[in-house]
Amino acid sequence: MSTLLSQTDGTGIPRIRVGDGIETVFDWVDDNLGGFFTAVRDVITTSTDGLTDLLTKPDAVVLAILLALLAWLLKDWKFAIVSLVGLAFIISVEQWDNAMKTLSLVLIATIIALIIAIPLGIAAARSPRVSSVVRPVMDLMQTMPAFVWLVPVVTLLSIGVAGGVVATVIFCLPPGVRLTELGIRQVDPEVVEAGHAFGSSSGQILRGIQLPLAMPTIMAGVNQVIMLALSMAVIAGLVGAGGLGGAVTSSISRLDIGLGFEAGLSVVVLAIYLDRVTAAVGQRGPGGGTFSGLSRLLRRSRAGAKTA
Amino acid sequence: MIDEAGNSISLPVIEANGVYKIFGRKPERAIERVRSGATREDLREDGLTAAVIDASFDVSEGEIFVVMGLSGSGKSTLIRMVNGLLMPTAGSMNVGGHDITKLATKELRQVRREKVSMVFQHFALLPHRTVGENAAYGLKVQGLNRADRERKADEALEMVGLGGWGGSLPGELSGGMRQRVGLARALAAETDVMLMDEAFSALDPLIRREMQDQLVELQHQLGKTILFITHDLNEAMRLGDRIAMMREGRIVQIGTAEQILNDPANDYVAQFVQDVDRTRVLTAAAIMEPAVAVLGSGQGPRAAHKLMRENQTSTLMVVDRDRHLRGVVHENDVAEAVRAGADNLTGLLRSAVTVRLETVVADLFTAAAESPAALAVVDDEGRLRGVIARVTLLNALGDPTMTVEHTGPEREVVR
Repeated sequence: MSTLLSQTDGTGIPRIRVGDGIETVFDWVDDNLGGFFTAVRDVITTSTDGLTDLLTKPDAVVLAILLALLAWLLKDWKFAIVSLVGLAFIISVEQWDNAMKTLSLVLIATIIALIIAIPLGIAAARSPRVSSVVRPVMDLMQTMPAFVWLVPVVTLLSIGVAGGVVATVIFCLPPGVRLTELGIRQVDPEVVEAGHAFGSSSGQILRGIQLPLAMPTIMAGVNQVIMLALSMAVIAGLVGAGGLGGAVTSSISRLDIGLGFEAGLSVVVLAIYLDRVTAAVGQRGPGGGTFSGLSRLLRRSRAGAKTA
Repeated sequence: MIDEAGNSISLPVIEANGVYKIFGRKPERAIERVRSGATREDLREDGLTAAVIDASFDVSEGEIFVVMGLSGSGKSTLIRMVNGLLMPTAGSMNVGGHDITKLATKELRQVRREKVSMVFQHFALLPHRTVGENAAYGLKVQGLNRADRERKADEALEMVGLGGWGGSLPGELSGGMRQRVGLARALAAETDVMLMDEAFSALDPLIRREMQDQLVELQHQLGKTILFITHDLNEAMRLGDRIAMMREGRIVQIGTAEQILNDPANDYVAQFVQDVDRTRVLTAAAIMEPAVAVLGSGQGPRAAHKLMRENQTSTLMVVDRDRHLRGVVHENDVAEAVRAGADNLTGLLRSAVTVRLETVVADLFTAAAESPAALAVVDDEGRLRGVIARVTLLNALGDPTMTVEHTGPEREVVR
């Protein structure tokens, strides 16, 4: 302990060498769990590269049109046109491949984040004890400056897309957990009570009542996760994750104002697209988009067929 | 089951014995203190809330049992202990032969699926499911297949007057209709017992009245055992076969509407019922007096004359051998017939003004004003069950706890 503790200048309060301690922990993890992290890196790199290949395989224009169609399906034709214009802009500034790389990084990071966040949020909503443990951890993850995560991540996973993804996951996870917990807690307790009163098990109540009713809030969380992932994905360019972040980073190092803005505006286009699309999915329900309209139609016709 | 007098009596379906519910940390330690006289306030100082204290009651099969109390009286806690949504801190709660307090989680779920359903104050419907799916919720939990589920749910919706609405979403329905869905959900589950927690309190008065009538009708049809919670005394009196009055966690009186009106157990209940419109609660059956002197339809004017003299009355109800009411004879007509030497009642019978057993007192006044004789109370088959003289009617209106002062030659004050 004597190596960690000494005196701060004149205050009488011992200098706690937290930094040294954390470094020691990371060194130990790196030495002993190296194999595990190599495996993690391989899985993440393979899936991200695979998704990037998939997204860059079709002609850029074709994919842009497909994405615009998706926007139409989920929201409306006006937004489809806006998307098409925005995506055409990305193609015209020659950032399409970078944009697709960033998109796949964001999607993979989001998927990993949600796989962790939603069960954690559910557990936190059901148990005050879990909630009281999870909450400060989320505070730490969310408020710690994003750059701080980059160094240890690089130590463990080395330079490359995997480090970018993991740093992104850490940064974008908290709203997913928080909003899942909030959504489930906000479900009308009388409806949950009705579930119990008719003899449902807790699993049936979770699947049939709590999750569906919490869905708009959970989707707002998903939206936040994606937006944070996108903002972090650009920072992840610093650790060699490539994509639009890579372009921005190199524009900084080369003082290339033009490239910086071209890549930056492409990020903005992606952000608007992802935000509106996930928000539209989240608002499905009374008066929602085409999907909800479609499902209502189906239900009506089924009910009609039954009475006829 | 048949009791000694030959009436069929049914076993209690719900039986609560000395049930306590105390909220807070380590509630068990408070039970002894409450039993030895600690008040709710004493417990509150220790951070404990005594929601229900020593509640005992039973509900027979096919009965509507109303628990009536103001907010904070513990009635909502009480109803939630019947299906184990809340576990009693002490005491036993028997429902359909199962002691809820002793069941494992799985058995408790089974009881909830098969024996007890519930209707909620704010409907508690699933907004993302259709009316039909909501009505079928209990059946889905029971594990019934889709076709049977839909058929039974449709039947239940039909029963509550929502046939054809199965495809709509709850959000498209008015409050009254939503509560009908809640009712249909409980009916579709085909449980013997239905718990209704302030089920009509969130509805506006006209709809509420309509729902109350419908509930009584459904209960007659299906013979469900219903435990109904309300803070509305008029609702309690209208629905309840028996009423339990709750105050500060304790049941202060259990009885029929008439018993509670006419014989309140304490000042609290008396104060509570003083504003009740007695004429709308009391029925003809409750205030009628037995017809002591009735004339057989085969008897003659002389027998009538004798009977009238003996009973100091000017009119007589005439019934046949099965006590079916045939009419009424008046003193003057009888005297005339006796003088003329007639030996049967031909030409003497006049029509009697009849009212039914369940007619409320408010509806008796016009009839009483029109009839010189007492009102005849008849059942569904037209049999004479009792009579209501005008003085009986006046008596029924008075407050039974009132002191009456007499002034006259004797100058005495009689209670």
